Amino acid sequence: MEKRGLNKVDLIFEKVDPKEVLTKAFTMKSDEIIQQILDSGLKGRGGAGFPTGLKWKYTAAVKEPEKYVVCNADEGEPGTFKDREMLDKVAYKVYGGMVIAGKAIGAKKGIVYLRGEYRYLIPQLLMELESFHKLIKAIGFDFKINYCLGSGAYICGEESALFESVEGGRGEPRNKPPYPTTSGVFNKPTSINNVETLVTAMMIIKHGPESYSQLGTKDSRGSKVFSISGDTPTPGIFELELGMSVHEFVNEFGDGDTKAVQVGGASGFCVPRKKFQSTVIGFEGVPTGGSMKLFNSSRSMYNVLHNYLDFFAEESCGQCTPCRVGCQQLLKGVEKVKKGEVKSTYLNELLKLADTMKVASKCGLGQSVGNAFRTIVENFREEIIY
Amino acid sequence: MINLNINNQRISVQPGTTVLEAARKLNINIPTLCNHPDLCVAGNCRVCVVEQTGARTLIAACAMPAAEGMDIHTNTLKVRNARKHIVELLLSEHRSDCTKCYKNQKCELQALANEFAFGDTIFLDLVEDHAYTIDRSSPSFTKDDSKCIHCQRCVRTCHELQHISAIAVANKGLHQKISSFHDRPMSHVVCTNCGQCVNRCPTGALVEKTYIDHVWDAIYDKDKHVVVQTAPAVRVALGEDLGYDPGERVTGKMVTALKQLGFDSILDTDFTADLTIMEEGTELLTRLKKALVDKDKNAAFPMFTSCSPGWIKFIEHKYPEFLHNLSTCKSPQQMFGALAKTFYAQKMKIDPSKIVSVSIMPCTAKKYEADRPEMRASGYKDIDYVLTTRELAVMIKQAGIDFRNLESSHYDSIMGDSTGAAVIFGATGGVMEAALRTAYEIVTGREVPFTNLNITPVRGMEGVKEATVKIEGCTDDWKFLEGAELKVAIAHGLVNANKIMKQVREGKSPYHFVEIMACPGGCIGGGGQPIPTSMDIRKKRMKAIYAEDEHMALRKSHENPDVIAIYKEFLGKPNSHVSHELLHTHYVERENY
Repeated sequence: MEKRGLNKVDLIFEKVDPKEVLTKAFTMKSDEIIQQILDSGLKGRGGAGFPTGLKWKYTAAVKEPEKYVVCNADEGEPGTFKDREMLDKVAYKVYGGMVIAGKAIGAKKGIVYLRGEYRYLIPQLLMELESFHKLIKAIGFDFKINYCLGSGAYICGEESALFESVEGGRGEPRNKPPYPTTSGVFNKPTSINNVETLVTAMMIIKHGPESYSQLGTKDSRGSKVFSISGDTPTPGIFELELGMSVHEFVNEFGDGDTKAVQVGGASGFCVPRKKFQSTVIGFEGVPTGGSMKLFNSSRSMYNVLHNYLDFFAEESCGQCTPCRVGCQQLLKGVEKVKKGEVKSTYLNELLKLADTMKVASKCGLGQSVGNAFRTIVENFREEIIY
Repeated sequence: MINLNINNQRISVQPGTTVLEAARKLNINIPTLCNHPDLCVAGNCRVCVVEQTGARTLIAACAMPAAEGMDIHTNTLKVRNARKHIVELLLSEHRSDCTKCYKNQKCELQALANEFAFGDTIFLDLVEDHAYTIDRSSPSFTKDDSKCIHCQRCVRTCHELQHISAIAVANKGLHQKISSFHDRPMSHVVCTNCGQCVNRCPTGALVEKTYIDHVWDAIYDKDKHVVVQTAPAVRVALGEDLGYDPGERVTGKMVTALKQLGFDSILDTDFTADLTIMEEGTELLTRLKKALVDKDKNAAFPMFTSCSPGWIKFIEHKYPEFLHNLSTCKSPQQMFGALAKTFYAQKMKIDPSKIVSVSIMPCTAKKYEADRPEMRASGYKDIDYVLTTRELAVMIKQAGIDFRNLESSHYDSIMGDSTGAAVIFGATGGVMEAALRTAYEIVTGREVPFTNLNITPVRGMEGVKEATVKIEGCTDDWKFLEGAELKVAIAHGLVNANKIMKQVREGKSPYHFVEIMACPGGCIGGGGQPIPTSMDIRKKRMKAIYAEDEHMALRKSHENPDVIAIYKEFLGKPNSHVSHELLHTHYVERENY
């Protein structure tokens, strides 16, 4: 397996002249932009990792005068706080990425769906947006960005639930197909991208896809911003090249007593110490939207798991059976196992349930509840039972 | 065409066909729960998951469009395990008091449990963890959240078919529930009591409020004289709950069964349906005269029918500024109630306080209507108890009646005679057709110019129908209508009523007279009719209604001998003072939430 070691990178927060990059993008043809993004190997930075270039290509291919670029800034995954930093520090690059995406797919409208808890950023974001609108108008773009605020529901980070929310409906995921590329917000072709993806896209246009794809591995090109928290002496936001092992990561950020790392937040995977060496952080190993939470030996993995399940039981939209009821069953199940009210082998039934949730839930939320559940129960079974 | 394989059988389907529909064409049964033929696809129960070769997850057959080259398997280990889990999960949050439940053996969850979840329970009971509400506030139905499986059929029904959204999804995760505005009781929200949600609820979470025991008590009470009336749409649907296929007419057997149940007098709502035509037709003609001859600007057009209590509550909540457009006529049920304890009591020499008036209705809103404070014209509660078609079937079963082998019999006299014009009240467009048959003849002295009296433009399942009748050759009294074009419209299902009302509010409505029924298809699709319902079933019931009409000797309301007699002996003439006291009513403005 290709490995890269731990390298700090400064791309996302690098100061650039937006006028220069966007003027360059303005002179490029739509398919040139898409080709550069395809060549860069960029995959969506929200966690699911769909190739960004493909998403743009599919959306561009739909013949429809009205299309949308939606920036998913509903950063809700427990333990991730990188998008907030980008909006705070380099909002112009987020907007820049949206304009470039708009040019690529043929959209004139952009929507930033901002996590409700980040509303305090709105005054400065709107101020920057005003000057940004002037800048792109001067360059010649016909593109307008609007803000839409979430109200605190985790599920609204799921793309189709986000569209429902934008449209004024209840934040419930839709059936797919149709996919957003053909029918997204207001049932128009939509490219929905994470904040970081859009910033990265702008930097790819600036530096070129060749230089970007030098970074990372075959399956995980480039660099990524990580939100590091938990038992670490250096919590915070770090941009790192993809392809390092968890071991290398823990050597840099751990406190010397790390027993597990939760990669990708509540919907991600728990990597125990014995697998640090063999696990790569990236799409070939454990993918992450950025959340990295370290746990040392003082932590009870039962509490960690209980906390995640409690979160999911609350944050499931409640629409589909496997997710709504499954989350409650997993939560109640581990509680009963811990109290000794059911046999410890009941965990095996719960693991099967987690499998059902993975294959039968309607959206990514229910499908990923089993990730943390399985990896914690399998690796720390004794902590759950005793 | 799209080619795909399901369980190794090849099939070609039209684009847009779902995997579920494709499988059904191959007679492969995929279980469903949230899916309903009248509603949009939800894809939320996940019972219909199947395996698609190469797909990362299972797919919901109801929501997945068939695609070229798909390879679908509906009965793999993975599918069976998932399905069993899903049914077990639903059972774990459902209060399973099946043997005591009104929907026992008619519950779709129970049927699935029987197939997939027999034996040991896998999961923990979640019912005990929730504080559920059982809302008994509506006189029409009970909403028991402890039996709700969150399929959202009711929510989609209320929104898509009825344009009301009295119930909607509230909260998320484990707190998610089907609720009303600010969790108010159903009696205090915009709910019209139409019962369409009851018709589509797969479990016992939404059921009509039953008054079966009250009726039995009245029957057993020797002091009471219990009269029963049956609505037009009951006779073409009752059979479905007693082992017949949809569309069978069981009028004569139903009358015999009611006699065997012990009712003292078996009468017919059709009688007051004919009476309604006399009253409402006269009201329309009077309004037209006011507008055309007296130039009275207060004559409100279009005039709306007022037979459907769900529709009445809808307009009271949503368009109260147009209440004066409603006909002041009570519904046939309530006309009957008012006359049973006055005219009938006098004729039969029975103390009206000893009369218990029961009606068998295809409707849940009728239960609410009977409780309205306006409905006490006789000095008593005009209608004491309203039973749905379904409740009557339950009573027939309780009494051990062998329905299939019953002889037919006739309604009792006095208020039991009716015409074909009354029977068709049960289908959308029927009131309009009956009214036109009579009004046209009053005005011109001739029959309506349609073959065999069948006014086909007002028939059928289209949501909004319209017709224009040119009035020519008027008799002397009605010369002012000579050459006039009477524009009429018919809407059924409140989503269609809303279309008409929007037009009216915008001042663009061209109509003089509009018939509106709250339920899809009219009363044949009423909230009290046998479950299940679908367009196909409703069409069969509709066909039966028109067959019933064709078989009647008399087919025009004004020819009903009982109607002629009651005007002669008791009411005087249509819209007389007595009529107004007993047969007409008024409406109230209600809040829109």
